[in-house]
Amino acid sequence: MNLYELTIKEAASLLGKKEISSKELTRSVIDRINAVENKIDAFITITEELAMKQAEEADAAISKGDIMPLTGIPMAVKDLLCLKGIKTTCGSKFLENFVPPYNATVMEKLQKQGAVIVGKLNMDEFAMGSTNENSGFKPVRNPWDLSRIPGGSSGGSAASVAADMCLASLGSDTGGSIRQPASHCGIVGLKPTYGRVSRFGLVAFASSLDQIGPLTKNVSDCAAVMNAISGYDPKDSTSVPKDVPDYTACLGQDIAGMKIGIPVEYQSSEGLDPDVENAVSKAVKTLEGIGAECVEVSLPHTSYAVAAYYVIAPSEASSNLARYDGVRYGIRDKDQTDLIKMYRSSRSDGFGQEVQRRIIIGTYCLSAGYYDAYYGKASEVRTLITQDFEKAFETCDAIVSPVAPTPAFPIGQNSDDPLTLYLSDIFTLSANLAGIPGMSVPCGFSRDGLPVGLQIMGKHFQEEKLLKIAHSYEQATDFHKKKPSL
Amino acid sequence: MKIAKQEVIHVANLARLDLDEQSVDKFAGQIDTILEYIALLNKVDTKGVKPTSHAISLTNAFREDKVGEHLGRDDALLNAPERDDENFIVPKIIG
Repeated sequence: MNLYELTIKEAASLLGKKEISSKELTRSVIDRINAVENKIDAFITITEELAMKQAEEADAAISKGDIMPLTGIPMAVKDLLCLKGIKTTCGSKFLENFVPPYNATVMEKLQKQGAVIVGKLNMDEFAMGSTNENSGFKPVRNPWDLSRIPGGSSGGSAASVAADMCLASLGSDTGGSIRQPASHCGIVGLKPTYGRVSRFGLVAFASSLDQIGPLTKNVSDCAAVMNAISGYDPKDSTSVPKDVPDYTACLGQDIAGMKIGIPVEYQSSEGLDPDVENAVSKAVKTLEGIGAECVEVSLPHTSYAVAAYYVIAPSEASSNLARYDGVRYGIRDKDQTDLIKMYRSSRSDGFGQEVQRRIIIGTYCLSAGYYDAYYGKASEVRTLITQDFEKAFETCDAIVSPVAPTPAFPIGQNSDDPLTLYLSDIFTLSANLAGIPGMSVPCGFSRDGLPVGLQIMGKHFQEEKLLKIAHSYEQATDFHKKKPSL
Repeated sequence: MKIAKQEVIHVANLARLDLDEQSVDKFAGQIDTILEYIALLNKVDTKGVKPTSHAISLTNAFREDKVGEHLGRDDALLNAPERDDENFIVPKIIG
């Protein structure tokens, strides 16, 4: 077995027993990146020098017996997490030379654990998209089929883990951007409860929906990364001051008697691919086989979720992205001698089509005379969607569903049809609107050999329940062990 | 039609974006389709429903008014497209 194929748990055990060094492990991962990156394009920046230095420090710490679960583990992060002194582009030409002078809180937390950072991962520009075709630099390709999308917006985060170019990664999820690429690439992804993980140093897209989370090779690694990144942060006033449990403690616990909700509205969903439907219903049977009890639940406002989301997210984005004016950072059209013309020209040069489209939709929805009809109305519907979940969770411990309606489709298939792409977010974006945690675990393959994910959603701050169910399910299946051949 | 070309130009102006004619045409069509779809929200009765601005509502995230760590001037100016030793430089605003 090659070292780059290891899971976090396996690697940590070998590092702890000093059977391998972090330098050897990191070298193996960097070599792997160099071997397959030209096929995948998962990275925007490869930080080999930083990684080798961190690996050396990790080895020194380990030799003193100072080892934490992520010490010496090669990881990579979506290129919207600020890493001091390392270019952070958010997938945008606008920020192609931006070097943050500070660290995101999650980066501080990873560094405190002694994790090794091998690079910054490709993504849809400003996290807007579900295919990675909106990257300002190059589209990421799916390791299972290089002609297909890896999902998005954390496409690089998912593809890099699936292709063994890092042991685990961090992504962000605003409407499904961790879960959907995890599903398309056959790995585990978790969007935590809103407020569980600090967003300080995350380049903002839609501030009431964004959440950082792990993408990993299996559920136990996911729990280990959650332990490292969770918790209140005074620098993010929306992070929640609530104790963080040991997320690994619930792994291996029996799920007998747990009630799993199946939303009736999701079953009649138009455009659900039969292979996805089949894989998910088999997964439900597997869950029943290991003792879970499945019950029908109803989320009556499901059919309004996409509309509410595509008012709220672009509105927040139009406001957040107003900061890119060519004054303090990013590109500037230096030929303009008038301030307003300079703003306009710099922004239009720096932003891609999807970002401009969403800024226009958001600005329209927030503009005088339309605010109540769009943003106000969508925020009220958001309350109803949240109440649907609260009601459903009165009769079940967790809800399961597909992650995406279809397996990964060919690059270019939907690139000029924004509404069709928005509609494909139907199963994931409700969790962001309600702020609840959601997870994707591999649950099968399509007839074309493309991975399919199962989504598990739970109540606010019940990540443990999701991890417990996901872990039991994973133990009963072997989908997570399959690897793409590259 | 929910949105006319003229309105796309107006909104792009509010958002400080320059659109060429081709983009205006394209966006007007696409955004119109999206707004038509969003109009679905009008079917929901939300009388008496309070809007949600944040899924997890926290109130009064206070802290002590104490000077903490902050970026130094050089760090803050590090990414400036145009600067001098102490300032961001912008095109002249008042003639």
